[in-house]
Amino acid sequence: MTTADVAVAPLRFALVGNPNCGKTALFNALTGARQKVANYPGVTVERKIGQFATPSGARAQLVDLPGTYSLRARSPDEEVTRDVVLGRFAHEEPPDVIVCVADATNLRLNLRLALEVQKLGIPMILALNMMDMAEKRGCRIDAAALSRELGIPVIPTVAVRRDGVAGLLAEVDKALKDRGALLARPGDCGWTEPSSHDLRAYRRRIDEILAAASTPGEPPLLTRRIDSVLLNPVFGLPFLLLTLFLIFQAVFSWAAFPMDLIDGAVGGVQGWVNETLPEGPVRSLLADGVIAGVGSVVIFLPQIVVLFFFIQLLEDSGYMARAAFLLDRLMGGVGLHGRAFIPLLSSFACAIPGVMATRTIENRADRLATIMIAPLMTCSARLPVYALLIAAFIPEDGRVLGFIGLQGFVLFALYATGVISALLVAFILKRTVFKGEREPLLMELPPYRLPRPRNVMLGLYERAKAFLVRAGTIIFALMVMLWFLASFPGAPDGATGPAIDYSFAGMLGHAIAPILAPIGFGWQVAIALIPGMAAREVAVAALGTVYALSETDEALESSLAAALAADWSLPTALALLAWYVFAPQCLPTLGVVRRETNSLFWPIAMFVYMMTLAYAAAFVTYRVASAFLGG
Amino acid sequence: MTNQHNQNQRRPLGRLDKGARGRIVALDEAGISSTLPPGELERRLIEMGLVEGAEVEVIHEGFPGRDPIAVRVDEHAVALRRSEACAVFIAAE
Repeated sequence: MTTADVAVAPLRFALVGNPNCGKTALFNALTGARQKVANYPGVTVERKIGQFATPSGARAQLVDLPGTYSLRARSPDEEVTRDVVLGRFAHEEPPDVIVCVADATNLRLNLRLALEVQKLGIPMILALNMMDMAEKRGCRIDAAALSRELGIPVIPTVAVRRDGVAGLLAEVDKALKDRGALLARPGDCGWTEPSSHDLRAYRRRIDEILAAASTPGEPPLLTRRIDSVLLNPVFGLPFLLLTLFLIFQAVFSWAAFPMDLIDGAVGGVQGWVNETLPEGPVRSLLADGVIAGVGSVVIFLPQIVVLFFFIQLLEDSGYMARAAFLLDRLMGGVGLHGRAFIPLLSSFACAIPGVMATRTIENRADRLATIMIAPLMTCSARLPVYALLIAAFIPEDGRVLGFIGLQGFVLFALYATGVISALLVAFILKRTVFKGEREPLLMELPPYRLPRPRNVMLGLYERAKAFLVRAGTIIFALMVMLWFLASFPGAPDGATGPAIDYSFAGMLGHAIAPILAPIGFGWQVAIALIPGMAAREVAVAALGTVYALSETDEALESSLAAALAADWSLPTALALLAWYVFAPQCLPTLGVVRRETNSLFWPIAMFVYMMTLAYAAAFVTYRVASAFLGG
Repeated sequence: MTNQHNQNQRRPLGRLDKGARGRIVALDEAGISSTLPPGELERRLIEMGLVEGAEVEVIHEGFPGRDPIAVRVDEHAVALRRSEACAVFIAAE
């Protein structure tokens, strides 16, 4: 680094700390909305960077590293923390200063990491976070004595209060004044992976430090009282299931209105383009490729925002760890980790955020098993297809057991089939491909905390942005590609069939039609399945095109239902429903799986196994239904 | 020696009932089947505060099978399964 660089480049600070120590709140307090999330090269762990200014006006850069209990990394997230502070990333220098964040209410556990980080030989500041809560519990911490014992600056902070970080900023200013000395330090790192003997030595040192610098307070009694209800063997699980049910309900009911608005807006823009531009490939690309592509992504945003809002609340309050505790035994029955339930819950809205949420699962085999079954959860993109087929083929006045509506029952059965087969697949995977004992469960149950609106909103904003950017780019590219396949070459002059019949998609559809004939699908279905690969609900529009209908959305669904009812046999419709429960009719999900697993093998394996299941399920359904109904 | 005395009545944490409390006297992962390389479970337990001298209390039990368990370890709470908790030996106070 040249002298000129030293003068201009902002000093780089990194936040390191245990999970649940309030690290993210501190990051938000320091940087506000001036933060951006990117990925570390080669790994799919988020890299959160923000800028902040000190009272003296100097600028500094802050990196928020994933929470960890030790530098011996266990999950991909924790490996990032280790690799960044050890300077193992090729394109990233280790930070100039480490701000180690410690939860003052739980110093014994938090100081352990601090002692380990100190070995790195990087200048360090200890931020004693949540000091207000520690004091409320009657815990006295002598920051000056702690600073003497550790030999580093120790600053009490309250990240959730506006003035809570003033001391930390002053200390950062001090560090900036000595920046020459800081940057000139010899980079000798004394950290090696600690043995159990070393770890015990750390512990003895912590006992000495705490004896010299603090008096213990009361344990969190309120948390324990709440837990005696929420972790109760009788009430705990029903409460959790009720919570999940309410979240599930909210995802669908709260999101319905904004989704209608988005749907209407996309249709409006499409209509405007169709009216304004002259007919031709440009208009078609804009209206059916670009706008439809963007629309198919944005339409799921309301559901995902609602879902992420609740996930953020569960995480910030501390209930998430309880949910993993409650579900550990049940999920363990099929070999899944307790933490797998969040990705699976997310997958009911869309498998893409579900797959992205598997990152918190430490063990690679557990994580892959969860990723592989996530798309079997009935995502909301299947709903339009289910709705169309149910409306067309299931009698509206049908009843099960005399009082349950048949249409609703079929919908429920489709959801249940997805869940049960996901559990079965997980069970088989964990006994074959991902054989082995389960990863041990060793999880802190943090004290309950009231979620802070600001932190919830910032977290929500970040997740929504990540979804739009990551899923958006993949979905968008695929939609344009599929538009091309479905539009070219155009219909010859004097053609009688629908234009799509003559396109590449049409050729593909006709080519695979013989393969689909044994499960009862005609060439129309085969063609609709090709653009339906972009996103499941697109198949509805594609069927409309095949049946040469050109109505708007709602009219399309009712008249299409009539057309299908006239053209298809009931076994065909049932087989298509069965197909949709399993078929990997979603290239974006496969794209995200490729990104998250960093391998081509897993998306291909997912495609093959789901396709096999779909074909088998449709075949059985078609044959059995035909035998009974004489179709 | 008092150590000898403790050894005689030490019990694995994984076999304790809700409400039981005591002090950790030893960690021994031998005989615990696990995916982890040898020595790893012991290190993880220490990192989560489950180390000789720590005061523990079984505060909650999972369902079904009363597994996993939630344990108060000094000032914080840790959830773990009974099978792995059997690597932690407790002497009643």
